Amino acid sequence: MHVPDGFINAPVSAAAGLAAAGAVAAGLRGARRELGGSALAGGHGAERTAPLAGLVAAFVFAVQMLNFPVAAGTSGHLLGGALAAILVGPWTGVLCIAVVLLMQGVLFADGGLTALGVNITVMGVVTVLVAYGIFRGLVKVLPRSRRSVTVASFVASLASVPAAAAAFTLLYAVGGTTDVPVTKVLTAMVGVHVLIGIGEALITTATVGAVIAVRPDLVYGARGLTAPLKLRVGGRLVDAVPVAPAPAAVPAARSTRTVWITGLATALVLAGVVSFYASASPDGLEKVAADQGIDKKAEEHAAADSPLADYGVSGLTDARLSGGLAGTIGVGGTVLVGTGVFWAVRRRDGARRGEGSGEGVRAGARDAVGEGARDGVRDGARDEEAV
Amino acid sequence: MGAGHTHKLYRHGHSPVHRMPPHCKLVAVLGFVVVVVSTPREAVWAFAAYAALLGAVAAVARVSPWFVLRRLVIEVPFVAFAFLMPFVVPGEQTRLLGVEVSVPGLWGAWNVLAKGTLGVTASVLLAATTELRALLLGLQRLKLPPLLVQIASFMIRYGDVITDEMRRMSVARRSRGFEARGVRHWGVLAKSAGALFIRSYERGERVHLAMVSRGYTGSMPVLDEVTASRAQWCSAAALPVTALLILLLGWTP
Repeated sequence: MHVPDGFINAPVSAAAGLAAAGAVAAGLRGARRELGGSALAGGHGAERTAPLAGLVAAFVFAVQMLNFPVAAGTSGHLLGGALAAILVGPWTGVLCIAVVLLMQGVLFADGGLTALGVNITVMGVVTVLVAYGIFRGLVKVLPRSRRSVTVASFVASLASVPAAAAAFTLLYAVGGTTDVPVTKVLTAMVGVHVLIGIGEALITTATVGAVIAVRPDLVYGARGLTAPLKLRVGGRLVDAVPVAPAPAAVPAARSTRTVWITGLATALVLAGVVSFYASASPDGLEKVAADQGIDKKAEEHAAADSPLADYGVSGLTDARLSGGLAGTIGVGGTVLVGTGVFWAVRRRDGARRGEGSGEGVRAGARDAVGEGARDGVRDGARDEEAV
Repeated sequence: MGAGHTHKLYRHGHSPVHRMPPHCKLVAVLGFVVVVVSTPREAVWAFAAYAALLGAVAAVARVSPWFVLRRLVIEVPFVAFAFLMPFVVPGEQTRLLGVEVSVPGLWGAWNVLAKGTLGVTASVLLAATTELRALLLGLQRLKLPPLLVQIASFMIRYGDVITDEMRRMSVARRSRGFEARGVRHWGVLAKSAGALFIRSYERGERVHLAMVSRGYTGSMPVLDEVTASRAQWCSAAALPVTALLILLLGWTP
């Protein structure tokens, strides 16, 4: 289901293209960490990325051609976003799907060139991030076992497909070239894609299960599930002394990124979906003001006729959808601004620290913490830029 | 590993379009599609002119019209969506062949069909006249991140290998009497997909080690830099610039 040219208007396509470019850039940095991080990698880091990500992309490309018969002549195929995210990690997943879509667009005329950004955003970024966010959250909550990985991959891939459909509808509502009633489109798209999602979830779960059964160490989402090595000493099982604390064994669960993604997903769900059902009547203060006639003097806000005024998107008649959309845009904007400020502050902070102690000492100290090792490299690079 | 030198849309030839540097072609096609997408849908004749332009390019490149038409099948899901539009979009109603349809819906369907078809045709012409390796060089030349180009080139080079691996698995399954007929057989297919992933990943590890042992440090040497002369850029620009002129003419009256 690749979006062709002319489906989404030019400005929104361009915006989606920028978002996709940002996601690919983040994916390029993240994939180096994910693919270079396994215990076997040793000193190899960045140069592992290209061959491994390339082969995973080839796998995604091939597995999309594997037909799964549904009934009487019809068959479906895997979309692969959730599968890639669980098997190789979210950033490599985004990167691989983006490369597959780029190549399909250029080589096979599958999906319009101007719609490339839309396709990457919807099928790559949204699918992978939703799937991996849910997967990570469930794996943390559920007991540490193989069964919970199975459950988590089922739920994650089930949710990722309608989420992509909803994201497409959102883009269509903002930049669609025809005024199809948005609620109708949303109902139809999400309804159909829940069905597709069930198929995707069944296949993804079975595939992840098959990989875990043979090479559990390859499944990114199941890292940290490996049982500690036991030695049999005099008929009793004793914990073996770990040879080297593998930094990859500590999953990304502790990093701030996961917290960030989970928080963002929750905020978006709250803003986009739950606000459908929020009360449209004014809050307590406004109600009192209206009852008492205080608000007669209240001046309209300077931004009252902005496109997002009163928590609704102008031009959309459906109050619920309009509210949800405005909420989602608001959350997105807030997160962008907040992240920008945070990043700027952190950069300056890093530059100040960089003047003091030597780089190696700090990186070494962080290594001891384990998880910090990856951050150390990143911070080091950033410090050098800043200095 | 005899595969991987070309792709199924490529048509070998020596036309001026084939000889044009790949990055010029990429820029030209992208520019053309952007112009098409930003054309107002009421300018029906402009779309006819765009189609004529593409027809001229196809004639110069000696790509058969049938080949392009067959490739348009890829649009079918969206054509179905477009045909639904006149019936679900609210608005002024009109009668067409005895059926009540809405005017904005008809315009919407026309918009999607016309722009989508022109976009697919332009992409097909690009793919039919450009070799795989040239496309990758062109992307590199257009300053895509080198890592991204490398990943894409690994995907392209090993795509056929992995697909063949999948086909061998399918042959092995069938030679043991397996035939996938419904949902009950998904387990077997999913296990194949899992095995395919493990094989791909392990192949990636082997490829990486083989490259490291030959001195790979993370970047590929650029052997032949593709360059374009001013004349080549001018001839490549002919397509989008003519399209832009048509668009401007369509707006003035």
